[in-house]
Formats: sequence, C-alpha cells, structure tokens
Amino acid sequence: MIDLSNVSKSFTLHNQGGAVIEVISNVSFAVATGECVALTGASGAGKSTLMRMIYGNYLTQAGEIRIGGLDIVRSEPRDIIKLRRDVLGYVSQFLRVVPRVPTLDVVAEPLRALKVPADEAQDRASALLTQLNIPERLWSLSPTTFSGGEQQRVNIARGFAHTYPAMLLDEPTASLDAANREVVLSLIEDAKARGAAIIGIFHDEAARTHVCDREIDVGCFTPGMVA
Amino acid sequence: MTPLLSVQGITKRYGTHIGCADVSFDLYPGEVMGIVGESGSGKSTLLNCMAGHLTPDAGQVVFDTRTDGPHDTITMSEPERRMLGRTDWAFVHQHARDGLRIGVSAGGNVGERLMAVGERNYGDIREKAKDWLGRVEIDASRVDDRPTTFSGGMQQRLQIARNLVTGPRLVFMDEPTGGLDVSVQARLLDLLRGLVRDMGLSAIIVTHDLAVVRLLADRLMVMKTGRVVEAGLTDQVLDDPQHAYSQLLVSSVLQV
Repeated sequence: MIDLSNVSKSFTLHNQGGAVIEVISNVSFAVATGECVALTGASGAGKSTLMRMIYGNYLTQAGEIRIGGLDIVRSEPRDIIKLRRDVLGYVSQFLRVVPRVPTLDVVAEPLRALKVPADEAQDRASALLTQLNIPERLWSLSPTTFSGGEQQRVNIARGFAHTYPAMLLDEPTASLDAANREVVLSLIEDAKARGAAIIGIFHDEAARTHVCDREIDVGCFTPGMVA
Repeated sequence: MTPLLSVQGITKRYGTHIGCADVSFDLYPGEVMGIVGESGSGKSTLLNCMAGHLTPDAGQVVFDTRTDGPHDTITMSEPERRMLGRTDWAFVHQHARDGLRIGVSAGGNVGERLMAVGERNYGDIREKAKDWLGRVEIDASRVDDRPTTFSGGMQQRLQIARNLVTGPRLVFMDEPTGGLDVSVQARLLDLLRGLVRDMGLSAIIVTHDLAVVRLLADRLMVMKTGRVVEAGLTDQVLDDPQHAYSQLLVSSVLQV
C-alpha cells in the first residue's frame, strides 16, 4: 500500500548562508495492507520528516513514494489533495483548525469533504468523541481552548473519522492517560483489522510493541549532520 | 478533466515597470488557490488581469464557459465578458464599499445581481436575498437597511452574499479578510470554507496573510517582483519552502 524506494531529502537554507542539510538518504521500505510499522530513532533522526515526506507536506528530492499506486513525489497538487481526502490520513501532534468551529464539526469535516451527509458525519463524530471520553458539553465549543490532551484526542477522532486505507500517526498516544491510550490503541487495532496500512511514531514503547508488527530505525538513513 | 480556468503567460507592464510577468497556471473545479507576496509583488495586478479589470499586454485567460466550453476571456467581446462577470464569476473586493452599492438596501444589493441575470419576480428576489443574508449570518430583519449602517465585517459578508447569489463557479478575492479584526476574520474564514465546500466553488484568493491561505487554499503561488517564484500544495510551500524568498516570507511571520 505504501512503498518507498531510494528516497532522499535535504534542506537548503537560503537565508542562512545557503547551508545544505542532508536529512535522509536512500530509504526504501514498504508497508502492506493491515500492517503497522513503527519509525524509531533518536530525536532529530528524521522520523517526522520522513512521515511528512510521505504525506507530501515536505518535498522529496530523490526517489519514489507510492501510495496506492500514486507517486506523490511527482504528483500534481490536486492529485495529492484527492489522495489525502480519500486514501491517506494523517494524525499530527498538533491540532490546526479554523477558530470558532465547534468540535463536532471539526471531527466530522473529513467526512463532509467526502460528501457524506451532515447527520451521518455527525453521528460518526459523536461516536468517536464519546469513545475518546470528550464530554458532550464540549462538543459545541471550538477545541482551540481545550487542554493539550483534549486537543490531541479531538485530533485523533478527526483522523479516524474516515476509514482511510493508509494512515500516518505522529505520536498518537503522547500526552494521554492510560484509559485514553487504550482507546487509541484499539482504534489502531481496528484500522489494521479492516486492512489499513499504518506508519506510526511512538515514543511509548509498550504502545509500540502492542500495535506494531515491525520497526524501522530511521537513524540508519541519516547521514552526518551537515554536508 | 478540463481546467475551469487556464492562465497562460499573463504579462502586464506599467510603462517600463513590470506589474506581473509570464504567469501561467491551471485551476480545476473545486480548487482554491492562494496568491501571496509582499506589497508590490504583482498579485493584485495579476488578479485584476484575470478578472478582466485590467487588460494584460500578453497572455490568455481561458475560462471553461457553461455554453461554449473553453474561451479566452481577454479576446471575448465586452458584453460577453460583462455577462460572465454577472453570472459565473464573482469578485470580492478588499474594501466592501468597492463591491457594494452603498446607497441601496442590503436586500437591494443582493437582488440587483439577480435582476441583472433576468429575475423579475419581486417576491422571489426578496426571498432569495433574505435566504442569502441568513447564510452569511446577517439577520433577515436588516434586509431593508443600507450597508452604511453595517459594521465592516457585516459589509464584507453582505458583499459575499451579493457575489454568490447567482451561483458563480469562480470567485476572485482580493484580501477578503484584510482590515477586519481577528474574531471577524475567523468567522468569515469559516463561512467561506463552508461555501466553497457546499457549492463546489473554485476560488483565487490574493492575500498577504499566510494564516488565511493555510486555512482556505489548497494550492499556493508565491510572487515576487511580478513573477511566480514558487508554487505547490499550500502546506508544502509553507512548511518546506524551496525558494529563498518563500523561506524569508514564511520565517518572517510573528508567532502568536
């Protein structure tokens, strides 16, 4: 489902003396449907960078990243947008929303973008928010004022609203208590069971061993810091 | 799929000074494109060339018309282009007063565009006007009030209602949230996003506010001294800018 071959990435900082920083070189691996793969490595090894490259958020200088057959390294923006709407989900560490929009609508939005009727999308959003222990009295409020853990859970609910065939999870269990952590792990298990290909970053080792089938050490692909 | 708008080699000079130079891109149905750059980078010149307010020195602006398919709007006859401006196109000005008829009631402002496309039944027009005031969150009881009695944010929302009532397929926006305070901006962004999604609109938004394009635009073009220096997915250009100028632009935003 997700297929990387000979992927490399460097940053050129034009306003800081044109410094070139090689971040990742020659990564190749594949994730099959129903499989969950963990990216590991020390802080700064490039785990999040690699994940953002797979999402098309960062440009990839060389190689191929195929998701469901589409090479996102060479795709037009509109194809990547369509891929993100239909196929590829991403739960980032931070929630980024239009201020003033109620939590329920924030969570339902990925489904509304897929033309799911409003009431059906809201039902699914309600179910997820309930499952993630967000009290109903908060659903009509914007999540911008919520606590860190609450925002994280809203972000997860939003990420799991649509049953994406491929998912990227950046520390989905960070800043969660034990009960909510279990809920998130079961959501991941469910996604795997329905055949989603998942790539995750988990600092929580117990969570990692619980849901992941394989680990890939990103440190192996990190060249010396500055070229 | 046929692009809704295909812009090819648009160039506009003011004497020896370059307004914008050799800009080309395709916009597909349902896409929202942002154009950012500092003051004087040519983004408004480009927008006005595309919308038919300025005549470019070179280039084509091909629009996929409902009846005859793709047509170059620059060589189109003036009546044809004006008709397009009343039906399939809409233009939201930065200053609501430039886009409103300030001496006419709110309902009249919305109804006028309907009459321009041939609606004649007063009752129908008034109902549609009220419906649109509701959609942009203006109380229907204000339908007979003049925009001069409205706040800046309400005037801007009225301008949007006036523009969208005829169901356009392409909306040009010039700094639509400029000059509004942040709470009103957020409300307007939420409104615009909903309208774009529910009506399947395509839009081109010129702004210098990177937060606005991040929330509204699928794609982004960065302009500097009349030229496009970088283009791509909005979040990619903002999070991993490649050109020196885009990097400077993104890193210059103050963190709140």
